[in-house]
Amino acid sequence: MAISRRHILGLAGALSIGALVAGLPGTAAAWEPTKPIDFIIMAGKGGGADKMARLMQAIVESEKMASKPLVPVNKSGGSGAEALIAAKGANDPDHTIMVTLNSFFTTPLRQPKLGIDIMTFAPVGRMAEDTFLLWVHKDSGIKTFEEFLAKAKADGNKWVMGGTGKAQEDELLTEFLNNNFGLSIKYVPYKGGGTVAKQLAGKHINSSVNNPSEALGFYESGDVVPLVSFTAERLPLFPDVPTLKEKGKDFSYGMQRAVVGAPGMSADAEKYFQDLFAKVYNSAKWQKYRKDKSLFGDLMAGDALKAYWQEQRERHRKMLTEMGAIK
Amino acid sequence: MEILGLLLDGVFIALDPLNIMLMLIGVALGLFIGAMPGLGSVNGVAILLPATFLVPPASAMIFLAAIYYGAMYGGAISSITLGIPGASTAVATTFDGRPLALKGRADLALVTAAVASFVGGSVANVLFTAFAPPLASVALDFGDPEIFALMLLAFATFVGLGGDDIPKTLFSIFFGLVMASVGLDIMTGEPRLIFGDITGFMHGINFLVLAIGIYGIGEMLWTIDSTRGNLTMTEAVLSIRRILSACRESIKGWKGTAIGSFLGFFVGILPAAGATPGSLMAYGVTKMVSKNPKEFGKGHVGGVAAPEAANNSASTGAMLPMLTLGIPGSPTTAILLGGMVIWGLQPGPLLFQTQTEFVWGLIGSFYISNLFALIVNLAFIPLFIWMLRMPFTVLAPMIFVLSVVGGYAATQDMHDVWLMLIFGVGAYLLRKLDYPVAPAVLAIVLGPIAEPKLRQSLLFSSGDPMIFLERPISGPITIIAIILILLPLFKLIRDKFKARKAAAG
Repeated sequence: MAISRRHILGLAGALSIGALVAGLPGTAAAWEPTKPIDFIIMAGKGGGADKMARLMQAIVESEKMASKPLVPVNKSGGSGAEALIAAKGANDPDHTIMVTLNSFFTTPLRQPKLGIDIMTFAPVGRMAEDTFLLWVHKDSGIKTFEEFLAKAKADGNKWVMGGTGKAQEDELLTEFLNNNFGLSIKYVPYKGGGTVAKQLAGKHINSSVNNPSEALGFYESGDVVPLVSFTAERLPLFPDVPTLKEKGKDFSYGMQRAVVGAPGMSADAEKYFQDLFAKVYNSAKWQKYRKDKSLFGDLMAGDALKAYWQEQRERHRKMLTEMGAIK
Repeated sequence: MEILGLLLDGVFIALDPLNIMLMLIGVALGLFIGAMPGLGSVNGVAILLPATFLVPPASAMIFLAAIYYGAMYGGAISSITLGIPGASTAVATTFDGRPLALKGRADLALVTAAVASFVGGSVANVLFTAFAPPLASVALDFGDPEIFALMLLAFATFVGLGGDDIPKTLFSIFFGLVMASVGLDIMTGEPRLIFGDITGFMHGINFLVLAIGIYGIGEMLWTIDSTRGNLTMTEAVLSIRRILSACRESIKGWKGTAIGSFLGFFVGILPAAGATPGSLMAYGVTKMVSKNPKEFGKGHVGGVAAPEAANNSASTGAMLPMLTLGIPGSPTTAILLGGMVIWGLQPGPLLFQTQTEFVWGLIGSFYISNLFALIVNLAFIPLFIWMLRMPFTVLAPMIFVLSVVGGYAATQDMHDVWLMLIFGVGAYLLRKLDYPVAPAVLAIVLGPIAEPKLRQSLLFSSGDPMIFLERPISGPITIIAIILILLPLFKLIRDKFKARKAAAG
């Protein structure tokens, strides 16, 4: 009776990919995984990062890209701290990869005690950059960013912005609006983007900075209205929504959706996973998802990705310091 | 009438041979996944999600929904036969299901669970079919103060759960609340009570770890202690007649079934709640309105019927906000939502219009899956009873192994296994001292929901607690909850007063 989840997973994997034993032949010398790969998700089940991770897993399995299955494990505790520690302490770094978001930058900065150096992680691939928009409910009557500013200014700290987590992406954006437009919006943290979207649709909060994938349902039904995007260029999905840059502030902010390898991963394994996720990136399903959910950012791997991390870490250090979240 | 036509079309889609086969496999798999401690519908659906890419989206969804359904039935099985909650949703089923099994009436408990599950599922299906769009807007009206008020009501119904010793019950609730606050604090982003950076505490204490510890390990120790291993749990007689008579007897739990069916559905449609709080609340309310609340916890049929009807009803209810709003009402529906995204479907307010065939095929399959689950479940009952014929000296190690596996499976972390063993020994000792443990389980389930809702509400009102009384929905709920909490206190004072009078006179 003592069936471990791993066994069941193995069985499920076997069921779905059939009796695929040899996998991709490749060159004789190339590194191949010798056992199922731990696929750590730095967020809870059902969130945006989780959906994306399961889509990647689905693409790998349905197109038989890897000889061993990816086994997703959600580690959402401590704003990603749990996942970072698990990856750092992985027994077999060659078979441990992780899906990350911006808490990859903020959590090690806010909790130096964890002893995490993100530069020790293997840069497998940045699969996309998620975008942020400012949303209000249609019943508020607000149609433009200027109207939003006027209304929020008049309401002072009665204006409530809902967002995901504390001192994470959404609060950083709220803080940015407060500091740069003379607002004093009150920020209320929630557990996930889906909950925030529901709070806005139910008119319990005044505004949100949801990702498109989180607000899309209520946008299509006409309940919520996007006012401005925090991107460098207008989003193809929302061609009528201006960017913050057009509104006079040269500011854009995105969320990395990247796959990293555990610290200590061998160069051969790193190469293998870079190739694997390049294949995932180029698959029709991934490209369709990118388009449907209005994702930005091209594939980035290796040294380019590390340079991007460096730049992002410094940027978040600055933002968190301004906010007072770190010294 | 239009709805009936759409439903009929949906049933025809669900009756496609491929879908029928998937439903049968799904409910049978779900039954066993639910019965395995630690593996609940969440794990089952998450594990089998990638296996669904071989079939069209509607069939895949029907398959996963069938697993979800089956697991709700299955959770009761180990709760009743072994005393270990098979899934988080079946914790409340152990309260009375286990005592019934110890009295040799496991068959009655299992049949009641199956029948109540079927009724709960059916009621929920009808409510879902008829009122999906208006109910979705009700779910939207529930903001933070409303959810907190509802949680307060749940606590209120449970103050009486631990018997008459109110200080001990309160101790148990507060112990559970402290356990619930371990881990990351969402409002400040800081970890709390992690005992000097033990990383295992970062993700909080999974309540299944506490429940399996208390009911698996603790119960096993208690049984060994009190019977010295000389225990036969059920008379080995098994016949169709006995099962039929159990069916008749299970009707006694109709009140629990009715309360569970409606309350479960309602709690299920509220985002953030789901089937586990739904089943616990149904148990509390059924006990509260019962004429003999003292029989609860000692093997009352209604105590099995209420949570089982509620968890099935809530699982259907949780589908409602997922399909209509794109917001999952339970952890399992969160995974299903992920699946829909992978299949290229956008859940949300427009799904009912743009994907009519998918939606109604799925709803049609709820009806059929529910029936299949009942039949499969009833068919397996003799097997489960047969398991109980084993002497306790054989069962005890089995319970131990299953508890350890269950504790590990939930988070795949050895830390949780140790924690579970500590909880087990602790629960045994508390029980020796006559402390009720069920309120602690309730607190660890509802605490993590109630706490952020309380703090979010107070953030809105800048610290003014009147926000709970001023709003049209939360106001009445809060007042009822406060009255219920104070009721035992009044009773206590009255009894003391009477006793003094009697002593004086």
